[in-house]
Amino acid sequence: MEVVPLRYYGRWITALALGVVLAGLLVSMITNPRFKWDIVAHYLFDDSIIAGLMMTIWLTVAAMGIGIVLGTAVALMRISDNPVLSNIAGGYLWIFRGTPLLVQLIFWYNLSALYPQITIGFPFGPSLGSFDANRYITVYVAALLGLGLNEGAYMSEIVRSGLNAVATGQREAAEALGMSRFRVMARIILPQAMRVIIPPTGNQLIGMLKTTSLVSVIALQELLYSAQLIYTANFQTIPLLIVASAWYLVLTTLLSIGQYFVERHFGRSDRRVAAAPDVAIESGK
Amino acid sequence: MPAPADSRDSLESFAVVARGVEKSFGSHKVLKGVDLRVEYGKVVCILGPSGSGKSTFLRCMNHLERIEAGFLRVGGQLVGYRQHAGKLYEMRHSEVARQRADIGMVFQSFNLFPHMTVLQNIIEAPIGVRGIPKRQAIEEAMTLLAKVGLTAKADAYPRTLSGGQQQRVAIARALAMRPKLMLFDEPTSALDPELVGEVLAVMKGLAAEGMTMVVVTHEMGFARDVGDSVVFMDGGVVVEQGTPSEFFDNPRTERARAFLGKVL
Repeated sequence: MEVVPLRYYGRWITALALGVVLAGLLVSMITNPRFKWDIVAHYLFDDSIIAGLMMTIWLTVAAMGIGIVLGTAVALMRISDNPVLSNIAGGYLWIFRGTPLLVQLIFWYNLSALYPQITIGFPFGPSLGSFDANRYITVYVAALLGLGLNEGAYMSEIVRSGLNAVATGQREAAEALGMSRFRVMARIILPQAMRVIIPPTGNQLIGMLKTTSLVSVIALQELLYSAQLIYTANFQTIPLLIVASAWYLVLTTLLSIGQYFVERHFGRSDRRVAAAPDVAIESGK
Repeated sequence: MPAPADSRDSLESFAVVARGVEKSFGSHKVLKGVDLRVEYGKVVCILGPSGSGKSTFLRCMNHLERIEAGFLRVGGQLVGYRQHAGKLYEMRHSEVARQRADIGMVFQSFNLFPHMTVLQNIIEAPIGVRGIPKRQAIEEAMTLLAKVGLTAKADAYPRTLSGGQQQRVAIARALAMRPKLMLFDEPTSALDPELVGEVLAVMKGLAAEGMTMVVVTHEMGFARDVGDSVVFMDGGVVVEQGTPSEFFDNPRTERARAFLGKVL
């Protein structure tokens, strides 16, 4: 007998309607001369845009690096039995998650107004040297401090949730084998926590890539600020924002692809596919 | 605080000496003065209803739980304390770790490391804790895997193994540290009934080789056949202790009779 598959008329209608809307948008984008696609094309590989792009990539990598290292340290402090450490970590979180990143960036940028001279040493004790804040707290340093310290706060929560997700039996089994605390953490807990830590970290990285655009307010020439510099001179605001957006999209797309592979790598002990036949053979004996 | 040792208890022939061991969780007292002696080369099975404190007591022997009062000596050393000039000094984590390295432990829920293969699970501690060269560690691990009948599974991840296989790997992992004493915390309780036998067979083999074993279990058959002595705990104390035949055939206390009436 002939089988007539269910026909999804609703789907077809929705698809058709949305298709019409999208086609209309596309046509308008192409035909509306104010998009000025020739200018977009002209600036897409402009030297200062590419330089800005490189700065954005560098800032993302460096700030994320600071964030991950700091976040791991703060997470370990937070779960520490030492109340001083865990409270300091809590205080750090409270401040850096509780104030807007934009405010923090401007604050670090103006640090030299607060501390014109920064001295490293002991409180009321000998000094180990001092430096001029104006010279060393440049926009780079301010941007890295702002992005990195802020990211560290969020990363620490991600790392902490990852550590908490590892069953207590794992720690006990490792300790029962006589492993040192460091070894238990480095070889048993952290690698397992990674599976929980990696996906949100990927999201953070993609978020960070876009968040770096905030440092344009302290006049650091990353991608957005490079575009802004051009359009304040030639008033081609929309085309240059399209240029910047295109690059952001390229980078986030690449990162998403990378994230997929990294997640697959860390989930490998979880995959049953390859091992399934083994189980069947064993239990059948 | 644990009481200092007397000379009677430092006898070398005992793997475990416990006297008046107490432990509470919050306001709930789980161990109310447990006494026990385990001779080297013997298999002691601890039986008792759930909540009797038997697992907690076993975990104390490995310092996974800290005792609050009494005296607990394992492998000739106080657990978690150093005795010096009439005082007890709490040990550093590294010293506790050294003690634990000589005590094998097998858990109810296996607790294999899921991110490592079977072989990696077994060689991790011998290499990292004992400093054995990798090649030798692998060789020894393969011998142990042969012993528990899982040579073919060396490169499998724990998740792909059945519960019985996982527990056999866990036993091999503990043995790889060449422990003087093996602690089993309800090793078959999480297993499907048809998988219990393979784990008990491995444990039986160990007992036959003369391994000192303390086994918290609900497997009465194992306790009767393999145990050199049986300890019955209830309400945080040792109620009865004796050879398997004494305990199973002629329980002295009402509580032991009631327990056996329910489980046999």
